[in-house]
Amino acid sequence: MANVYGRRDFAIIGELIEPKTRVLDLGCGEGELLAWLKEHKQVDGRGVEMEGARVQKAIARGASVYQGDLESAVEDYPNLAFDYVVLSQTLQETRYPLAVLRGMLRVGKRAIVAFPNFGHYSVRLAWLLSGRAPRTDRFPYDWYDSPNIHFLSVLDFEALAQQQGWKVERRICVAGERQVTWLPNLMAEIAVFEVSAGSH
Amino acid sequence: MVTEVASCTFDRLELDSGATLAPVEVAYETYGELNGARSNAILIVHAFSGDAHAAGEGGWWSSMIGPGKAFDTDKYFVLCSNVLGGCRGTTGPGCINPETGCPWAMSFPQVTIADMVRLQRMLIDHLGIDKLLTVSGGSMGGMQALEWAVSYPERVASAIPIATTARHSAQQIAFNEVGRQAIMADPDWNNGNYYGGRLPGRGLAVARMVGHITYMSDESMREKFGRKLRTPDQFEVESYLKYRGYKFVDRFDANSYIYITRAMDTFDLTQRGALPTLFESNEARFLLISFTSDWLYPPYQSLEIVKALRGRNCDVAYCNLDARYGHDSFLVEVEQQTEVVRGFLASTFREAAANA
Repeated sequence: MANVYGRRDFAIIGELIEPKTRVLDLGCGEGELLAWLKEHKQVDGRGVEMEGARVQKAIARGASVYQGDLESAVEDYPNLAFDYVVLSQTLQETRYPLAVLRGMLRVGKRAIVAFPNFGHYSVRLAWLLSGRAPRTDRFPYDWYDSPNIHFLSVLDFEALAQQQGWKVERRICVAGERQVTWLPNLMAEIAVFEVSAGSH
Repeated sequence: MVTEVASCTFDRLELDSGATLAPVEVAYETYGELNGARSNAILIVHAFSGDAHAAGEGGWWSSMIGPGKAFDTDKYFVLCSNVLGGCRGTTGPGCINPETGCPWAMSFPQVTIADMVRLQRMLIDHLGIDKLLTVSGGSMGGMQALEWAVSYPERVASAIPIATTARHSAQQIAFNEVGRQAIMADPDWNNGNYYGGRLPGRGLAVARMVGHITYMSDESMREKFGRKLRTPDQFEVESYLKYRGYKFVDRFDANSYIYITRAMDTFDLTQRGALPTLFESNEARFLLISFTSDWLYPPYQSLEIVKALRGRNCDVAYCNLDARYGHDSFLVEVEQQTEVVRGFLASTFREAAANA
């Protein structure tokens, strides 16, 4: 698996995305993934990022990035403007995750969502043993200064997909450098889902 | 960097008003070398009071244009012309009307931003440039950049409109009208017929003073002047504005002030259709920049354009730069602006070369 700026989720997303497609990256940071996709997959990419300093870096890198709030940004694009809409490590920080996911599936044929798995055993153990809001490698924040406002696991996301009638096209779960297939809800640190709106 | 102003005369120019200017002259400067493929040309479009002298000693955007700068003249061929209706070498109300042998003054036909851009297009035709790598400018320059992208989308690989709008707000028109009224209230204005006599300097200076206030921010004025006194009965800020106002009289024509501000006020892209429809299948790349402290051309005006572009899934980058100097930021606070413009240009140039 390619190393993309040292980010496992980027490496996985980079592999999921087909060459020469149109990609919208929500919460694109400094545009690392977009730049990588452009160089290696000739992707026509766009990004949305809230923080000005990151937007500047992204544009300086050559990425077409828009400074704004990703939750409202999705609204402006026409239907199915993209082949993929990517949301990496940000779903748990959005105010209305369901609205964001629906928006992603309106403007894109596929949504690729990567998030830290709150069902990982280290989270469960930390919670069980300490009785306090869990802090782990993937959830390193104190409860009062965490950007995370929603906590979800692999099973939670799958349940939502089923409830909404979305089709899970692919699911990749990883822990460290390894891909996890056995008990993913317990063993995965990061989950990456590729979903489509399904047949309805 | 040694610069020299050049000039080019065209037989005629049809204006939006239906009038024709014949002949019409345009003053311009160029910096850097046009490459063999003629693919590295950048048109810089100036703001209200600018001129063709954009770079080099005393150039109005010398902070952005030059060797190693954002618009890198070691890599790109940079071109800037004085706008139609101006008073710095391009045909304007201070020029002689060939039919009467007298200055046009207020009989000069009304000009628009689209007319200015049409003349620029004739100039790049004349220079043998098919497609501009980018067209960029701030304020009224941004309006011209937008006009280029809308009127001649096939002639621009990208556009960089900075601190600008698709149409003036009531507030922007209001400030321009105060400037115009100050000029017209000066008895020396004499309905525009002052050439060869006393210039309406008091009116023009007051107009410029108002302008300068709108280009700054509360913060930058506090920082620069505060309540400092220049003399026991004159604040620093008063002295500064008077200095800038009267200095302006030496280099700017009052009638040009009236004509150009009217061109800005009447510019309204939405008159030609809903904004998103104007960018339908536009293949140019866009970079829009606004500044947090710019209250004359507030960020929401840039965002309106960006939203329209995104609505048609055009290739657009946008950032609202953290800046303290108000509208003037695009001229004076150029560090962050340089970073984004340089990167945007480099990637646009790469892509254009790959697609050529």
